[in-house]
Amino acid sequence: MPNNLFIYPFLLGILIMLVIIAKRFSKWFIGLSKIDKIRVWKKLRTKNTIYSIREALLEGLLHHKIFKKNPVLGYMHMSLAFGWFLLIVVGHIETIYYYGSISFPFYMPVFFRYFVTGHEFYLSRFFAIIMDFLLLMVLSGVTLAYLKRFLKQPFGMKKTTRLKPGDKIALTSLWCIFPLRFMAESVSAGIHHNGSFLTQTSGNLIEHILPLNAIHTPIWFAYSTALGFFFVALPFSRYMHIPTEIFFIFLKNSGIKLKKHVNTYSQVQVFSCSRCGICLDSCQLNDAGIRNTQSVYVLKKIRDKKLTDEELFNCLLCGKCQHDCPVDIELNNLRITQRIESTLQYNSSYDYLKETKAEKADIVYFAGCMTHLTPAIKKSMVQIFDHAKLNYWFMDEDKAPCCGRPLMQAGQYDAAEKLILNNQKKILDSEAKTLVVSCPICYKVFNEDYSLPGIEVKHHSEYLLELINASKIEVSPLQQTVIYHDPCELGRGSGIYEQPRELLQHTNTLIKIKNEKEKSYCCGGSLANIKIQMDERYKIKDKAVENYRSYNPDILATSCPLCKKTFARDGKLAVHDISELIWMAIEKNEMEKLELNEQLAKVTNPEQFWELEEVPIQD
Amino acid sequence: MNKFGFTTQESRAIDYGQFDDRLLSYVQHHEPTFLICMSCGACTATCSAGNLIDFNIRRLSLLIRRGEILQLSNEIDKCMLCGKCTLVCPRGINTRNVIMLIKKGISQIKQSENQN
Repeated sequence: MPNNLFIYPFLLGILIMLVIIAKRFSKWFIGLSKIDKIRVWKKLRTKNTIYSIREALLEGLLHHKIFKKNPVLGYMHMSLAFGWFLLIVVGHIETIYYYGSISFPFYMPVFFRYFVTGHEFYLSRFFAIIMDFLLLMVLSGVTLAYLKRFLKQPFGMKKTTRLKPGDKIALTSLWCIFPLRFMAESVSAGIHHNGSFLTQTSGNLIEHILPLNAIHTPIWFAYSTALGFFFVALPFSRYMHIPTEIFFIFLKNSGIKLKKHVNTYSQVQVFSCSRCGICLDSCQLNDAGIRNTQSVYVLKKIRDKKLTDEELFNCLLCGKCQHDCPVDIELNNLRITQRIESTLQYNSSYDYLKETKAEKADIVYFAGCMTHLTPAIKKSMVQIFDHAKLNYWFMDEDKAPCCGRPLMQAGQYDAAEKLILNNQKKILDSEAKTLVVSCPICYKVFNEDYSLPGIEVKHHSEYLLELINASKIEVSPLQQTVIYHDPCELGRGSGIYEQPRELLQHTNTLIKIKNEKEKSYCCGGSLANIKIQMDERYKIKDKAVENYRSYNPDILATSCPLCKKTFARDGKLAVHDISELIWMAIEKNEMEKLELNEQLAKVTNPEQFWELEEVPIQD
Repeated sequence: MNKFGFTTQESRAIDYGQFDDRLLSYVQHHEPTFLICMSCGACTATCSAGNLIDFNIRRLSLLIRRGEILQLSNEIDKCMLCGKCTLVCPRGINTRNVIMLIKKGISQIKQSENQN
C-alpha cells in the first residue's frame, strides 16, 4: 500500500475553497430582493436552466466570445478551461470504469495514475490515450499563457492588467499544476508502464536520468501542493470569476436587473470580472492619456472599496467596453449605479417647474438642448415638417426642461424623475401619436424611462425614413460620398444602426468603414463624462476624425447634435446631420421640379409639347 | 429716521477675516479650470434652466468667491446639468464638474456642520 499522505494539500485546498465559495454565494443570494429570489427559484424549474447551463459551458469553458476577439487568445483560454474540464470528466469516467461502480474516494480521479498501476481494465489503453491528449492540450494552453506574459501582440492585446499578490500566487500555482502533473504521470508511467504516447515516452526518457522510485511520491506531492495552493488562492484572486461567472449567468438568465442602488447582484457582476483587460484596448480615453478609469480598474476599485469620484465620473459611458466584455457584465449600468450612490446626498427638487399648456397635435417634436446649439438641425426638421404638411407641435421651441438623461448619467435619478414627470405630462396632454426626437441622448430616456402609452418615440433618422417610404417627402440624390458616424446613445445605447444607413442611401453613397456599428467611435463629447477636460476631449475627437479622413469622404454624417458639434469644431471634415442632408435632398428635388416646369413653360409650340409627354407635368 | 422717509441699509462690507473659503478651495482643488473664467456670460445666455427661471451660472462664481454657501445651495439646485454651458464656454471650463463639485461640497459642509 503506497503512502498516500501526499493527497492532503489537495484535500485541504479544495475544502477551504468550497467553504469560502459557498459562504459567498449564499451571502449574495440572501442579499437579493425577495422578488428576485422568487424569480430565481421559479426560473430554475423551467428550461431556462438548460439555456443557462449551455451558456455557462459556451462562455466559461469554450470562451467563444474571446475566440471572436482573437483566435489565439481564445485558444489559450479554451485549452486551459475546457481541457481541464475534460480532464476532470474523462478522469471520472475512467475511474468509474476501473472500479465498476461510482463509489470511490473523490480524490481518486486526480491521482489515478499514482494509485492504479497497470493496463488491466476494460478500455484502459483508450483512456490513457485520451487523457494524454487532453493533458497535451492543456499544456499547450499553459505554454501560450507563459508566452503571453512576454509577447502580447499575437494575442491581439496591447495592454493587460497588473497582478495583485493573490493573483500572483494563484497564477504561479496554476502555471505549475499541469507541468507537475505531466512530470508526475511520466514518473508513474516510467515505473508502472501505465502511460500513453506522451507520458510513457517521457517516462521512458526520465528512467535513464533520474531515480524514479525516489522521486515518485515527492513529485505527486508537489502536484497536490500546487493544486492546494491554487484552490486556496482562488477566492482571493481574480480566478474567483470562474465560479462567480456561472452564478452570474444563472441570475442574469432569471431576468434579474441591476437596481438603482448597489446590491449583491451588482457585487456578483463585479466579482465576475476576470480582469482579462480586453476592455482596456477599446477604451478611447487612452487617446486622451487617461489610463486609470477603464472598466476593469473601476471594478477592481469597487471590490477594494477604494473608488473615488475622479475615476467614477471620468468615463464617456460610450459602451464599447460593455460590448467587448467576454462575461457580458453591464459595465455602463454598474457605473451609473455607483454614481447614484455617490450623488445620493444632493438631488435637486426642481420645485420651480411649472405645468405649461400643451398644444394638441399629431406629432410632438422635441429637439433637445444639444439641438438648440446646432440650429441647422432643428431648422431642417421644421422645414421638413412644414414641407410634408404635418400637424406637429415643436415642444421645446421656446423653453422646456431638459429630458433628464444628462442627470441620470451623472447618477441623479431622483432629480431626473422630476424633469421626466413634467415633460411626460406635457407630451401626454398633446394627445399626439408620435414623439420625434432629434437627440439620441433624449431618445434613449424617452424610450426607456418615460411612460408614454400609445405614443411611439422615434429618433428623426427613423422618422424621416418612414416619411420617405410613405412618399410623404421626395428626395433627389446628392451624389456625395458619406461616412456615417454612429452616436453612442443611438447605436450601442439603443441598437439603431440600420435606419440611418438606409436613409442615407436614398441621398448619398455610403462608405463602409472598419469601425462602424458596434465598433464605432465615440466623438469624445459625451455628457456622461463629468471630469474630462476639453483638450482631452479634442484628442479623442482628433483620433476619430483622423480615421474617418483616411477614407476620403465628402461628408461625415451623423444623427446626434452633440457629435456634430464636436466634430464640426475640427474644420477638416464637412459634418452634417442626417436631417440636414435630407432637407438638402428635398430642396434639390424641388429645384429639379422647378427647372422642369420652366423648361415646359418655354415650350410654345404644341407639337413640341407632346414630345415631352413622358415627363410628369406639374400644374 | 422713518419719520423723514429714510431707511438704513445693513453694512455690505466684506470681512475677509470671516471669509468662508471652504467651498472655493474645494472646487478650485478638484477643478482648476474654474479659475480661468473671464465672466463672459455665454453659459448664462445659453442656459436651459435660465430660460425657465431666474438662474445665473456666471453669478455662481461670484457667490463661491464670497463664500455665500446658503445662497449658493438654493441657486445650484436649479441647474439641470444639460451641458450646454460646457459646450459654449470659450475658455473650455468644465462647468458641469464645477456644478457637481459645488453640490457635493455643500452637502459635505452641511454634513460636517450637522455632526458638530
